[in-house]
Amino acid sequence: MSSIRSYIRANGMTSLLEVKDLVIKFALRTGEVTATNGVSFTLEKGERLGLVGESGAGKSVTGFSIINLISKPGYIASGEVNFLGEDLARVSDERIRSIRGNRISMIFQDPMMTLNPVLTIGTQMTETLHQHNPQMSKAEARAIALDKLRKVYIPSPEKRLGQYPHEFSGGMRQRIIIAIALLTDPELIIADEPTTALDVTIQAEIMELLMELCETEDMGLILITHDLAVVAQVTQNIAVMYAGSVVEKGPTAQVVADPQHPYTQGLIAALPQSSGHGERLNQIPGMMPTLKNIPPGCSFNPRCPHVMEVCKQQVPSLRSGKNSNLAACHLYPPEKDNPSAR
Amino acid sequence: MTDALLSVKNLYKHFDISGGLLDQISFSAGRLHRRRTLVKAVNNISFDLQAGETFSVVGESGCGKSTLGRTIMGLYPPNAGEIHYSGNRIDNLDHKRLLPYRKKMQMVFQDPYASLNPRKTIRQALEAPLRYHNPNLSNSEVKDRIDEVMIQVGSDPQWISRMPHEFSGGQRQRISIARALVVDPDFIVADEPISALDVSIQAQILNLMMDLQQQRNLAYLFVAHDLSVVEHLSDRVGVMYLGSMCELSEAGILFENPRHPYTQALMSAIPKLEGGPSEHIRLKGEVPTPINLPSGCVFHGRCPYANARCTAENPQLLSLEDGRQVACHGVEEGRF
Repeated sequence: MSSIRSYIRANGMTSLLEVKDLVIKFALRTGEVTATNGVSFTLEKGERLGLVGESGAGKSVTGFSIINLISKPGYIASGEVNFLGEDLARVSDERIRSIRGNRISMIFQDPMMTLNPVLTIGTQMTETLHQHNPQMSKAEARAIALDKLRKVYIPSPEKRLGQYPHEFSGGMRQRIIIAIALLTDPELIIADEPTTALDVTIQAEIMELLMELCETEDMGLILITHDLAVVAQVTQNIAVMYAGSVVEKGPTAQVVADPQHPYTQGLIAALPQSSGHGERLNQIPGMMPTLKNIPPGCSFNPRCPHVMEVCKQQVPSLRSGKNSNLAACHLYPPEKDNPSAR
Repeated sequence: MTDALLSVKNLYKHFDISGGLLDQISFSAGRLHRRRTLVKAVNNISFDLQAGETFSVVGESGCGKSTLGRTIMGLYPPNAGEIHYSGNRIDNLDHKRLLPYRKKMQMVFQDPYASLNPRKTIRQALEAPLRYHNPNLSNSEVKDRIDEVMIQVGSDPQWISRMPHEFSGGQRQRISIARALVVDPDFIVADEPISALDVSIQAQILNLMMDLQQQRNLAYLFVAHDLSVVEHLSDRVGVMYLGSMCELSEAGILFENPRHPYTQALMSAIPKLEGGPSEHIRLKGEVPTPINLPSGCVFHGRCPYANARCTAENPQLLSLEDGRQVACHGVEEGRF
């Protein structure tokens, strides 16, 4: 393991996270279903990546798999999750526990569900610190907790440490969740729909805060969301998922302005912002297939306006479109070498 | 004024949350006190809705927009104010005299998983309102009407013997819309009808709602928090904050140039697809509780332009030259 890391260092490749051909399956009584089918992406240090898709696209399960949070009947069937050269899909439970919540933190959608309602904020924060560093003194842990609460702009943090989650508003609770995620100075934060339960004005504040923290603390961020506009505001790169596969990835601004994959095109055209006032929206016909009936070939082919014969037979690999975006689509000529390494 | 399909005048809806008598009684300074706690959800709301028009009510959670929609539908009795439907006052009618209006006013709810009874087939869900409001229909007429609305909402009439769990979220919302349409209403309150759906499905349902509006000349009261959707399909928009209407205007004018400081902050927070991170207006503090409403303008505690008058005097909606109404002392005085 250390040799891989030194190799990466020696070659100046400091990729924070490299997900390679990740296949996650769920062994159900009725048969096996594939939740993600060969997902690959790379995240550099301090980079912000958006993982976008509709419900059931496999974006959350991809996020969970990074810190090995897939529970039975799900499992990682193949592929790698290289975090600074270490394959997290293969390490021991003990090792992953020292990384999860320590060097990689996760933020979930509903702040009320993630906080324990019967413990004070202070207890929940110091508990996390002691978990990862049992020798830390109480005073030290409290000082770190206060520092992180200040970082997320919680007013009068000394008083707030002794309060319970119900004494905070939804936006404040999400700030506390972020403060808890920051406690151990992680290198990567995975945020799964962090603002979906919040109002727009609060969403704007939380997103601004996350961006600021990523920059000041040099943290990587994987933002999992269905909201393209939020991703467009916050991230540098984007990976669009459909039915368990990444169908397009590239720089956020370019994907939004000039999408290459017909699904991304349809998704952006379907937003009300893309049509004139009162006009009919451009809808994508049909709906995303369930994991059990993913069609052969390209999973998007039954809904695609450009469908060809080859789409029904062959799964397209990621390839360059008309710009530097990578799109998994037969409209563009395939590349000879494996482009999944980006 | 009289030709409006729906006219809401000075509507108030307060909820008593003080609990039982014993909970209300407290003992202090040698005396017993009885104290009531009221959630002042909707305060002094007035607006008109024309036939075939889409009027949207926007605002953040807890601003009273859903309560407003439900009070208009008669699901909650209003505490004060009047609701007129095609010229007739309906808020003081008893159940029997309200029936003919109920038929004309229908509702579509947010969660299509919760709003369809899981133990009833689609046919039962659609037949119930139809037979209730039209007891004289024959079986074949009922069947024809159900087939007709199912086709109109883009569902297959053969599916009506299925149960709700056999459908996706988008299909269920189509069926909820069909259930509202089956009694042939003129007016539909749609309370966040698409917020539980995915983007590509949202577009399908919004298109359906716009098509139906054209075919049937429906009026919508659209309650939503997704401002880009509201901008797209509304004729007029009312912005609510803490139970009060702070700005009411034609949609284009409002989104182009919001005047009320709260509307400005709300609009600036909408994430935009292009142009990178935008500067949003940061509001200080948080929304106060609707139990103890602030004195004067409900927004004064968070408003960057508030002065002494704003803390003391409640601003009334004032018409500007472009037709919009704004409840703001600062706009009235031309301070900003």
